[in-house]
Amino acid sequence: MNPRITIATADRVLVQLRHDPRTLALLLFVPSFLLTLLWWIYDGGPVFDQIGPALLALFPFIGMFLVTSVATLRERTSGTLERLLSMPTGKLDFLLGYALAFGLMAIVQALIASGIAIGLLGLEVAGPTWQLITVAVLDALLGVALGLFVSAFAATEFQVVQFMPALVLPQVLLCGLLVPRDELPAVLSAISDVLPLSYAVDAMREVQMNVDSRVWGYVAIIAAFAVGMLTFGAATLRRRTP
Amino acid sequence: MMKYGPGLAAAAPPGDVDHDEAIRITGLRVVRGARVVLDDFDLTVRRGTLTGLLGPSGSGKSTLMRAIVGVQRVTAGEVDVLGLPAGSPPLRNRVGYLTQSPSVYGDLTVRENLRYFAAVLGADKTDVDRAIENVDLASHADNLVQNLSGGQEARASLAVALLGAPELLVLDEPTVELDPVLRRDLWELFRRLAGEGVTLLVSSHVMDEAERCERLLLLREGKLLADDTPTGLLARTGTPNTERAFLHLIDQEAGR
Repeated sequence: MNPRITIATADRVLVQLRHDPRTLALLLFVPSFLLTLLWWIYDGGPVFDQIGPALLALFPFIGMFLVTSVATLRERTSGTLERLLSMPTGKLDFLLGYALAFGLMAIVQALIASGIAIGLLGLEVAGPTWQLITVAVLDALLGVALGLFVSAFAATEFQVVQFMPALVLPQVLLCGLLVPRDELPAVLSAISDVLPLSYAVDAMREVQMNVDSRVWGYVAIIAAFAVGMLTFGAATLRRRTP
Repeated sequence: MMKYGPGLAAAAPPGDVDHDEAIRITGLRVVRGARVVLDDFDLTVRRGTLTGLLGPSGSGKSTLMRAIVGVQRVTAGEVDVLGLPAGSPPLRNRVGYLTQSPSVYGDLTVRENLRYFAAVLGADKTDVDRAIENVDLASHADNLVQNLSGGQEARASLAVALLGAPELLVLDEPTVELDPVLRRDLWELFRRLAGEGVTLLVSSHVMDEAERCERLLLLREGKLLADDTPTGLLARTGTPNTERAFLHLIDQEAGR
């Protein structure tokens, strides 16, 4: 690993985003738009307070998953990844470069979304806002890690986009957004225990409900999932290919 | 740390056993899918030479080049580059590689692409302008690659391979899609680099280009049909040009 290459890679990814203002705008503002829509649907009532924080966990995860999986797939199919790996680039430089760039995007996204949710839409959060943002950024990194990983198993952009409903939606259904996790049928509840998004939503709930929220346990679990997924992702990057 | 910069092909660093050989391949076997692309393949290339690798598509040119760069999974045999096993870490900024299809970022400008790859290689920033000049893209340096023509995109990709101070350049069809003037200029550049001590292995399926190399390798179905100087090849086959020579050799083989 080489910090110079990691930083250069993160910088390059950000420059690519800058050349694509539409993607940038969608990435930053769609979560806020959806939160506002939801607030409107529930007329700002208690249901919004209930699911708002969960959505703050979901959006960065889904958004970053999509962007990363497509971006990495493009690197694999266009030959740029092969070129980079024939140069002094380490696998970690590549992965962390992406994680750094999209992590930065996630911070901005989370600041905008939570700013609008709390400031404008009156979302009630008992715990400190910075914890909310920390968890949101970590969720985004989880999405980056999962996206990097699944891009190895897709040959086309059609396939990679289909991983969204295949791998992400089940997590959304089981994360406690529709039915609290402990009220799910036993098997499903057990499954939800091993899905990373469940802990992301739990963490958000914790911050929302408690003034002295204990979020670090959840943070550790989410970080462990992200690191594990990045490790699997690194294993799919090969210098020599058949 | 190695030094980089416009001074190409610095003295061979320690670790090199034979200072004369840039590439040494023995008993190379590569299987892709169910197909044996190369089998029991041997090749030695001296430093500071310009070697042309010719052959029809599917003859194994790209596979051979990938093996030399160290991105091809090989079944058996040894590939040593600049005295080290192909693809080993110390080689990664001493070998420049151009893939057959352009591998640059379409959503970056030419200059941004080169800046990024220069940073990865640890090359000097001034090197970016030199590489852009080398491929005659200065007037398009700030255009997004996706807005360039196919030939311009190919040149942007070639510029990346020229960054830093590569001692060995492995170029897979660098002149495809280029107009004659540009092609001539690039071959002049290749010869100049070879004169400065850089070793070049350049593939092409345009036979007449080959005459500008000092050594020709004709590859067909993974076997070397010929390994000669251009004049030697013409003399041996009694043909007026490389294309005829190649056809002659194929007919000869089929006649056996």
